[in-house]
Amino acid sequence: MGKKSIFREFTKGILKENPIFIILLGLCPALGVSSKVINAIGMGAGVIFVLLSSNIFVSLLKNFIPEKVRIPSYIVIIASFVTIVEMVMQAYLPSLFESLGVFVPLIVVNCVILGRAEAFANRNTVTASILDALGMGIGFTLSLILIALVREVLGAGTITIMAIGDFDGIIKIPVIYNAPARVFGLSAGALLVMGYLKAFFNWYSSRRRAA
Amino acid sequence: MSYIAIFITFVFINNFILTQFLGLCPFIGVSKNTESAIGMGFAVTFVMAIASIVTWMVNNFILIPLDIQFLQTITFILVIASLVQFVEMVVQKISPQLYKALGIFLPLITTNCAVLGIALINVTKNYNALESFTAGISAGLGFLLAILLMSNIRERLDLVKVPKPFQGVPIAFISGGLMALAFMAFDKALLTNLLG
Repeated sequence: MGKKSIFREFTKGILKENPIFIILLGLCPALGVSSKVINAIGMGAGVIFVLLSSNIFVSLLKNFIPEKVRIPSYIVIIASFVTIVEMVMQAYLPSLFESLGVFVPLIVVNCVILGRAEAFANRNTVTASILDALGMGIGFTLSLILIALVREVLGAGTITIMAIGDFDGIIKIPVIYNAPARVFGLSAGALLVMGYLKAFFNWYSSRRRAA
Repeated sequence: MSYIAIFITFVFINNFILTQFLGLCPFIGVSKNTESAIGMGFAVTFVMAIASIVTWMVNNFILIPLDIQFLQTITFILVIASLVQFVEMVVQKISPQLYKALGIFLPLITTNCAVLGIALINVTKNYNALESFTAGISAGLGFLLAILLMSNIRERLDLVKVPKPFQGVPIAFISGGLMALAFMAFDKALLTNLLG
């Protein structure tokens, strides 16, 4: 495999085949946990870990898994890694685990992960699968952070990131903080933001095609 | 919590799609026309009702006695996957007509977050068997209501002129957002006013 195609396996997930804005997979967590930037980062990290591990395992085992039971086998592999994420997060980041709630175990049914196992990892080499998983995972995380940024800045006037030392992890945006548009933090706001962002991406890609 | 309260909570106040964001993929993917939206809605309701009672039994008769609740996620997803397969076979045998209506939607349901979601929510809320069953049916009906309304809206949207970048999915999301805004009228106060 040439250097160029390796690079392409990695970057395709970030823009051209972005799982959320272009292929529309994994929408539930994208909207459910995007009210704060820190939740988006946590969710993204969990998904990257599960996606990477399941892609590696599926591409290693692709010759041993019988064709007929492949989907259940993938689900078992994915569910085991999700259980690991769940336990680690509960032990070391209990507050994040609390705010992500039911969406942590629901990584199992995130279509992005099963989709990559079925569409990519079971017919490609381990290296290509690792790059694909990293690209897709990063694309997913960046989209989540983008949605969360829009929602948190407009809806609460803050940006919440990891607390380090004296810094409590909350950046306040001067003007909006005093009069935030609360609706963006609610469920209705999530759907609206997603609609407008998708429209923006449609407009952007059609303009690029025309140029 | 009384059964009526559970019903109202899951259909209106905590509607799975519009406030919890569970089951968005079929909500956007299968809501293009009313007929398939109804099929999908009933298929999901059916599976959710059965799944909530079966996962309740698995949890209380197997996982808790053996003290292996950490395997909850992995067991539940396997139970749901085999259940969906089983339901598909039974429906095909008993009622070919129903199978024709629901058949193509059934395999999609395994990876529908709503089904695993209701199983996990039942556990965190400590519902008993009948309460879990009620929650399953009500959440399914909430899903049916939302997807039915959505498909009607989208059929009408086909007839109007929508700006090019907004066509298809974006306008569906925005309509969903406005619908969610309307559903915000249903809140906890409604429950206290109705049931005292």
